[in-house]
Amino acid sequence: MAETMILVPGRSSKQGTALNKGKLKPEYLLVTSTLEMNSDDMQRLGLEEGDSVRLSNEVGETVVTCKGRKPEDLPSGILFIAYGPPSSQLMDGDTAGTGMPISKNIEVLVEKVTVKNI
Amino acid sequence: MSENIKIVKNATCTFCGCVCDDMELTVDLDEKRIIKAKNACVLGRAWFAEHTIGDWPVAMIDGKEVSKEEAIEETAQTLVKAKFPIIYGLSDTTCEAQRQAVAISDIIRGTIDTTTSVCHGPSGLAFQGVGESTMSLGEVKNRADLVIYWGGNPAASHPRHFTRYTVTPKGMFIPNGRKDRTVVLVDIRKTPSAPVADLFIQVKPGKDFEVLWALRALVKGKNIDPSIEEETGVSLATLEDLVDKMKNCRYGVLFFGMGLTMTRGRHFNSGAIMALTTDLNEFTHFVTKPVRGHGNVTGADNVLSWQTGYPFGVNFNRGYPRFNPGEFTTVDTLSRGDADAAMFIASDPASNFPKVAIEHMKKIPVISLDTKQTETSNLAHVAFATSTYGINTGGTVYRMDDVPITMRSAFDSPYPDDEEILTAIKKRVQELVWAKQGIKIAVGEARVA
Repeated sequence: MAETMILVPGRSSKQGTALNKGKLKPEYLLVTSTLEMNSDDMQRLGLEEGDSVRLSNEVGETVVTCKGRKPEDLPSGILFIAYGPPSSQLMDGDTAGTGMPISKNIEVLVEKVTVKNI
Repeated sequence: MSENIKIVKNATCTFCGCVCDDMELTVDLDEKRIIKAKNACVLGRAWFAEHTIGDWPVAMIDGKEVSKEEAIEETAQTLVKAKFPIIYGLSDTTCEAQRQAVAISDIIRGTIDTTTSVCHGPSGLAFQGVGESTMSLGEVKNRADLVIYWGGNPAASHPRHFTRYTVTPKGMFIPNGRKDRTVVLVDIRKTPSAPVADLFIQVKPGKDFEVLWALRALVKGKNIDPSIEEETGVSLATLEDLVDKMKNCRYGVLFFGMGLTMTRGRHFNSGAIMALTTDLNEFTHFVTKPVRGHGNVTGADNVLSWQTGYPFGVNFNRGYPRFNPGEFTTVDTLSRGDADAAMFIASDPASNFPKVAIEHMKKIPVISLDTKQTETSNLAHVAFATSTYGINTGGTVYRMDDVPITMRSAFDSPYPDDEEILTAIKKRVQELVWAKQGIKIAVGEARVA
């Protein structure tokens, strides 16, 4: 089962502390590949805490680990991820003449993946 | 911990644009590390604790250790040989280093851009189009009784913004601190900043412009149809209540983050919040300010502006500076494949840029200056390891409200600082360019400014 949702890459406190250790260190790689998702949405998609999901759009795709958030904190259909190498895979290079690529509110297809189909 | 301890008072944290200059650092001089950072937030504590002395070489070419001089020579040759060299980054280094980078761009007739282009670059465009009713953070601390954050999450990105300047501190005209202020947060999700606010307004993704424009209409006394709620997720009653708060405060401030600049609308969103601020000055005193991310990204805007006339995305190809976001900004010069050499200073675009831009970086010679190993330094043809500003070197940085702050260093590093490397590169590129033009300069005769 796959659904289209809105991905919002942004800063997080954990990302901020992890990047001081180094962007190639496990802490940073972990925090930038953890996707926050509305827990009702997770249930609907048959996802459990720690499951792998594939995010894809016409630009590219990435596989991240999902983590539930209470519906009152994260609305249905919205995904949050600390920005980093995985979210870059989904960003278009077109800046519409501004210099700024659309880096938030990126429409992505979300689907559960198993080890077999990664 | 050794017994060789030094206390550095009034040190500056450059992790974020708050640039808190009230740090008290306890430094172990034998172990060359900071063991305590009094007054620092969670991000600042990590910044000071994790910037120790690394074990990688000062300079590498294609992954092999070389002398600093060899790397400088290779960098200069690469930049001078290129037809469309770009320089990018600069938001995590001193103004003194930024100044050298601008000079290099000028000499090689290259393009210089900063991380502003992918954070508040759209706000920079809006400043030029609309204008900014602005202030210093000291004014906010002493006067603001209504504080609105829009599209930003300072609890995660700028933790001391609340406690040092905007929410809890007592000020000259805000004697009771938090009790005298109303705090509003506008965002598309309930972030960790929400508990700080008296009022949280949740907007549908991509509808900030519509909400801002509706607020402008209400401020001007126009009618808004209740269907605004269906469109934006915010009820007319909520908007009317916010307008009432804004018109009746004594000193209001609108801080805004990348929720506005990184989404559809970009500079129109920033322009809308600036226009709303201007409109409100018909009723009361209202100001606005983008919340800036990196420690000296504001300095980068300032240095480029006073040296070239423009804040980012500047090209010297014709021998004089030209500004054109979309043409001379780095995501564009890389994504289109224009750049044939790139120097990245204190920045890691290979980690955060769009995929197509990263793919192009892998095809051209890249020079990297950074304090730590990154995705960018890993793909670099020439990689310099440099010392950390504000920890190993002094110099000047600009706080997010354009206030310059002088830093003091905590302990020495065996690594050179960005300014030293860039000054040497500047000198060498100038010699190479003069040689190319057939200009002979005797040693000691001319001095590169």
